[in-house]
Amino acid sequence: MCGIVGIINTDRRLIDGGLIREAIRIQRDRGNGLGGGFAVYGCYPEHRNDYAFHIMYEGDRNSPAIQSAETYLKQRMLIVRSEEIPVYPHDRLPRGPYFRRYFLRPIEEYMQPHQSEEGYVVETVMALNKMPDVFVVSSGKNMGVFKGMGFPEDIADYFRIEDYRGYLWTAHNRFPTNTPGWWGGAHPFTILDKAVVHNGEITSYGTNVRWLEMFGYFCLLKTDTEVISYIYDKLTRQDGLSTKDACYIMAPSLWEEIDREKSVTKRTLRQIYGSAIVNGPFGIVLTHDGGAIILNDRNKLRPVVCARKDNTYYASSEECSIRLLSARVDDIWSPRGGEPVIVDLQEEATGEGRRKK
Amino acid sequence: MIENWKTIPAFHPTFDLGRCDYENGCTICVHECSFGEISLTPVKGTGGAVHYRPWANLSACNACQRCVKMCPHTAIHIVSHPMVSSHGYWTAEKMGNIWRQARSAGGVLLVGTGATGPQRRYFDHLMFDACQVTNPSIDPLREPMEIRRYLGRKPLGVGEPVGPQLKLEVPIMFGAMSFGAVNLRVQEAEALAARAVGTFWNTGEGGFHEKLRQYGGNTIVQVASGRFGVSEDYLNAAAAVEIKIGQGAKPGIGGHLPGEKVSEAVSRTRMIPMGTDALSPAPHHDIYSIEDLRQLIYAIKESTEYRVPVSVKIAAVHNVAPIVSGIARAGADLIAIDGFRGGTGATPLQIRQNTGIPIELAVASADQRLREEGIRDTVTLIASGGIQCSSDVLKAICLGADAVYVASPVLVSLGCGMCQRCFSGKCAYGITTNRPGLAERIDVDEAAEALKNLLHAWGEEIKELMGSMGISAIEALRSNRDRLRAVGLNEEELRVLGIKHAGA
Repeated sequence: MCGIVGIINTDRRLIDGGLIREAIRIQRDRGNGLGGGFAVYGCYPEHRNDYAFHIMYEGDRNSPAIQSAETYLKQRMLIVRSEEIPVYPHDRLPRGPYFRRYFLRPIEEYMQPHQSEEGYVVETVMALNKMPDVFVVSSGKNMGVFKGMGFPEDIADYFRIEDYRGYLWTAHNRFPTNTPGWWGGAHPFTILDKAVVHNGEITSYGTNVRWLEMFGYFCLLKTDTEVISYIYDKLTRQDGLSTKDACYIMAPSLWEEIDREKSVTKRTLRQIYGSAIVNGPFGIVLTHDGGAIILNDRNKLRPVVCARKDNTYYASSEECSIRLLSARVDDIWSPRGGEPVIVDLQEEATGEGRRKK
Repeated sequence: MIENWKTIPAFHPTFDLGRCDYENGCTICVHECSFGEISLTPVKGTGGAVHYRPWANLSACNACQRCVKMCPHTAIHIVSHPMVSSHGYWTAEKMGNIWRQARSAGGVLLVGTGATGPQRRYFDHLMFDACQVTNPSIDPLREPMEIRRYLGRKPLGVGEPVGPQLKLEVPIMFGAMSFGAVNLRVQEAEALAARAVGTFWNTGEGGFHEKLRQYGGNTIVQVASGRFGVSEDYLNAAAAVEIKIGQGAKPGIGGHLPGEKVSEAVSRTRMIPMGTDALSPAPHHDIYSIEDLRQLIYAIKESTEYRVPVSVKIAAVHNVAPIVSGIARAGADLIAIDGFRGGTGATPLQIRQNTGIPIELAVASADQRLREEGIRDTVTLIASGGIQCSSDVLKAICLGADAVYVASPVLVSLGCGMCQRCFSGKCAYGITTNRPGLAERIDVDEAAEALKNLLHAWGEEIKELMGSMGISAIEALRSNRDRLRAVGLNEEELRVLGIKHAGA
């Protein structure tokens, strides 16, 4: 069990973090204090073209891991700016690890021939994550993740997320059941600009992980969130599939429906990407720099409610968060299992099964 | 002198004369026993009348259980012969084999079915996971549960086309059993059941009888080293073609169908003269390397205009993982791996008991190797050899198989009691014989019904197991080794299987 909230303004109007702190706070029962976190998009407009790396180092500012990570980074990227992420310790949380953020530009000469810039950055993230005491919390452009071990509102205060402004926010309240809680293991989980908050426990984990490993993704955290982010990244970035197809692959139609529709595309996608099917209960909000995707498992075994008020879309594990954010939404509905709600920035939401309340 | 030694039978029937109806002339057991173990002996009844009661000859019983099952009065049971060895190392069985060889003209001991040795059955050491609290199990009676599989080459991503596929409504196919080894009735029952359920049967290496060609859409034809029955029509009459390199019951050796079993129909189907021995050489005479295999794969693809997938079947041997990788790169669409428990109509005892490796280990290491090379999805892996129940099927899938072949369970469905005398042509159930009077014991429709029931029952059990694990689509279980834990295996076994020990 976990709690998730997403706020997406399709006009890219900036909202400060105080609002989402409140929205996730009232879902306190959905977590147990072992993890909370926030993702924000649009927070670094002055560095919008640089990769913003939030890196967590075990230990304090004297950790030897910092030097080894930075030495490695300098071999691959131009460090435009490097600074501590300010934290504001309080008595509801133990002291966390040390956080720094870097604004980076890949050095083209060091890239492999035919290697894409994003592929190069992913490779850098994977290498850093393999170093002891180093963990890349987020690595996208003009976005960042703040997370740690504690209730989300306490994490929010630790980083003072009300000081950050973004047009797309997600929040997560964690109730870990599989992996022990630690600062890096909190959600959202990200790779490049993609971030996932997730409620569920996927039963296809082993199949998914072993498939991803074939393509150079190594799942070090052993969390479902990590796996879903990588599947999405693989499908959209490496294979160039649309968001809709990527969602379909993760939660495909029944063979019976595919037979009835005589859909060759649907059949082919399911045949090729059988190992990327995500089984078991899940409700996720997957965000990227162009928008957000809200997706439920095929059997709808986890709650997700969506709503819209003007150009702001909401997604939440519980309706109360949405009502708290906007008492009079224009539209509120519970998406059907397996049918994605896709919100593109400056575009309309799609998604069947919408229902006015 | 040794000529006077009695042959020591391992089993014999005993008759409960209180139940036996011999006084009214019942002789069913005598006629049912095709091995000649049961005869009649006169006894005096009340009033001096002479009756004939059944009598065990103590010479030919194989414990096939036919007489037991057919006796209308439940008056028979089979017992082991009480021969014991005083020597712990020299068992009656080991001495018996030597006696048999010493008294024959130096013959190779032949047996049927799969290996019987004490090697570990890994399936029994693997336990499934189930959902509790943190995620819900799925009730297959209420929610859709999908066990359909598509077999065949798939590209690693979109862009390239998907190769020809076999659609299976259950992840189970009938393994190769040739016409000659089994009779046409058994093959027709397999074909009927495969078509009704939506899966495939395999002709084995004995050709594809004209009568069964109507089931071509559910048939896999084999090309083995003897090339029996192979022609352009043959290749194009089926849904897939399988090159048989080896089988688990006799890795590395060929086959031998004795001339007595080569009847007119067998001769026509195999395209060999009647009454001649049908010999399959140990290697294919045109395959001495992986390059040669590639040529044959593509020769078949050319002949079938790339319409059907080409499978390569090998026995599970020590180096199975790199061999499988080589076969995948040579262009095979499906690779069938047959573990050392796999059955056969006839094999030398020493080969059956001592060659090859267990399918569980073979499929796990082959799957792992294909993944390390990044080519797992380009090929379908079929596991076979020793699968005894639906949970074995699902465990094989969790270890990395896409689907399985079963053949011994087919025979057992038809009555087989695993007496291991398939090569004798005397099968009391009429399965592995073409002998008139015996083959008719198989009723095609009844047999087909039994096989349909088997597939249906296993399919339902697989759905139950999946539901308990919170899985609604079987592709989410393939190579999902996370959902297995081992009980009582050592670290090396765990490493090869790629699973954790229970509790870990």
